[in-house]
Amino acid sequence: MKTTFRFALLASTLLAGAAQAEDVTLTIESWRNDDLTIWQDKLIPAFEAANPGIKLVFAPTAPAEYNAALNSKLQAGSAGDLITCRPFDASLELYNQGNLADLSGLAAMANFSPVAKSAWQTDDGAATFCMPMASVIHGFIYNKDAFDQLGLAVPTTVDEFFAVLDKIKADGTYIPMAMGTNDQWEAATMGYNNIGPNYWKGEEGRLALIKGTQKLTDPQWVAPYEQLAKWKDYLGDGFEAQTYPDSQNLFTLGRAAIYPAGSWEIAGFNAQAQFKMGAFAPPVVNAGDTCYISDHTDIAMGMNAKSAHPEEAKKFLEWVGSSEFADLYANSLPGFFSLNSTPVTMTDPLAQEFVSWRGKCQSTIRSTYQILSRGTPNLENETWNASANVIKGTETPADAGKRLQAGLDSWYKPAN
Amino acid sequence: MARGKPVRWHVGVFLAPALLVYTAIMIIPLFGTLNLSLFNKAGDLRVFVGLQNFVTLFGDPRWSGAFWNALGNNFWFFVIHMLVQNPIGILLAALLSSPRLRMAAFYRTAIFVPTILSFVIVGFVWKLILSPIWGIAPGMLDWVGLKGLFAPWLGKAEYALTALALVSVWQFVGIPMMLIYAALLSIPDDVIEAAEMDGVTGWSQFWKIKLPLILPSIGIISILTFVGNFNAFDLIYVAQGALAGPDFATDILGTFLYRTFFGFQLQLGDPYMGSAIATAMFGIILIGVCVYLFGIQTRLRRYQF
Repeated sequence: MKTTFRFALLASTLLAGAAQAEDVTLTIESWRNDDLTIWQDKLIPAFEAANPGIKLVFAPTAPAEYNAALNSKLQAGSAGDLITCRPFDASLELYNQGNLADLSGLAAMANFSPVAKSAWQTDDGAATFCMPMASVIHGFIYNKDAFDQLGLAVPTTVDEFFAVLDKIKADGTYIPMAMGTNDQWEAATMGYNNIGPNYWKGEEGRLALIKGTQKLTDPQWVAPYEQLAKWKDYLGDGFEAQTYPDSQNLFTLGRAAIYPAGSWEIAGFNAQAQFKMGAFAPPVVNAGDTCYISDHTDIAMGMNAKSAHPEEAKKFLEWVGSSEFADLYANSLPGFFSLNSTPVTMTDPLAQEFVSWRGKCQSTIRSTYQILSRGTPNLENETWNASANVIKGTETPADAGKRLQAGLDSWYKPAN
Repeated sequence: MARGKPVRWHVGVFLAPALLVYTAIMIIPLFGTLNLSLFNKAGDLRVFVGLQNFVTLFGDPRWSGAFWNALGNNFWFFVIHMLVQNPIGILLAALLSSPRLRMAAFYRTAIFVPTILSFVIVGFVWKLILSPIWGIAPGMLDWVGLKGLFAPWLGKAEYALTALALVSVWQFVGIPMMLIYAALLSIPDDVIEAAEMDGVTGWSQFWKIKLPLILPSIGIISILTFVGNFNAFDLIYVAQGALAGPDFATDILGTFLYRTFFGFQLQLGDPYMGSAIATAMFGIILIGVCVYLFGIQTRLRRYQF
């Protein structure tokens, strides 16, 4: 019966003809559709010139659909040879299902620190299945011209931060902060996980949460929500229906003064904005506190275990792990900071500002990504919802914390 | 039958391509989905669990909460269509079929055009129109002095679903209009003339003569609306994303199914629970269609001319 079905399916899809070329063609699956031209104009030509006989096709999907589309393609056996890896569980699951190959043996893996590799390793660290590419850092990008015009100094503490917002609001020329809650994820990613590490002390809090010694109802996890709830007054009119591209445009058109950001915005903002920009790290509670930043291991590349050309794919991955690629990538895409141990010199001032925080602050990653988003309800998705609700004022910070912890408790039993 | 009619091979040959394609892309997946909803994974294996997925779906407070929320929203979506789209469609058809209306062909085309637009375009355009930042809706309300009535509708939990349902009504009002228009045109002139002889004209003619004659078409439209609404997904997904914000206020069965089946962001897809939701949707639509077929359609009086 199964063969009959397969035959029927085959018969009804005969229209799809396959053209075989002489060269080996490798297809790259990715969610970075913004980077299409950079891959086509810079990265792929550089690799192809050095490796004749291997052709690369960069085939991105829209970010929100990537995980779903990739899973379906892998199950159907139609996924590309190279797969851009989301950090932690999404990729770990692909590895456990046998869709990603074990890359621990590649020579270029030696170029990365254990922390850089941790996002793409099995829980025991025995196997690494993606070649780390870059991390993104969270902070705030501001309109320098607006700050100069209003005589504002860059805030370093939460009180200064709100004082600055108050002044911008009182002046009325600019919307104090460009963010909306329509798409929900900005509230969590650029809101909660941006300002949160200063409260839960970065890795200390994140690991304690995984261990179960801290709860999302603890003050250090609720306090970021309390700050978010105060953001409401500084967002633009109708922020409830403001989408992510709306916020980007509001800022780059010079209508908003501060943009809660991820460093991946840098390239796009440089191209769009006509004014000078600066960046500041998430403000700390009291002057002199240690600052913590979200320096999130975000992107890596793995190999489809069922690729027809594993040798060529590995050759490409070795190149992705090389310092040549790191240099090329970090400079073509300022804001994606290389994870390679060899330091990369970046020319973009905004990117330099972001990366300089690595020197004075403690780095951590987003609190919900490792282990805690494995079950249902999914903590990351719940955090999106809770952060958006808190900003809109439809849920109190304490209730949000309680709801998230109850959801987590329903499936997660810390191993201690 | 040895020397009876020759075997009519051509019937099979002509039916085969359509049958093959329909079977491959509709029937097999349908039964595959129904079948999959009875399984779940244990470790790396797929095991038969009977109705366990449905017990989870309706018994677990989180799953059932999300399910009933989606079903309730879906009903509201359907109610708006029945109360707004279909009466307006009938009204437009009645106006269009009036012999005194000039440029009827133009209106007919203009009202029908949105129906053939892609959901992506409709969702995007309406999001822009209603945008509090760039939209023309706040400006237009300002001209008539009603700026105070404007709210970021798509971002407010209490309005978002109704706003999207009305966008969908705007898009699809052409379908009931066309069907009713065709039904009105098919009413023989002698019936109308007889009515006029008896002094039944104008709106009373519409209510007493035409409406009873087009009731079967209205029935068909209702069932098409029902099936279409309970399978809806695209507009919500395009306008609000798979999380169907704000705070799941626009989550309907289609988006709930999509999120569960294919996963979303860090949430991995769960084809087994997804299939259980799909089966529940199939059941709801099947019950609705059956109620219509056996409860309503058989009682509708038909008139032969």
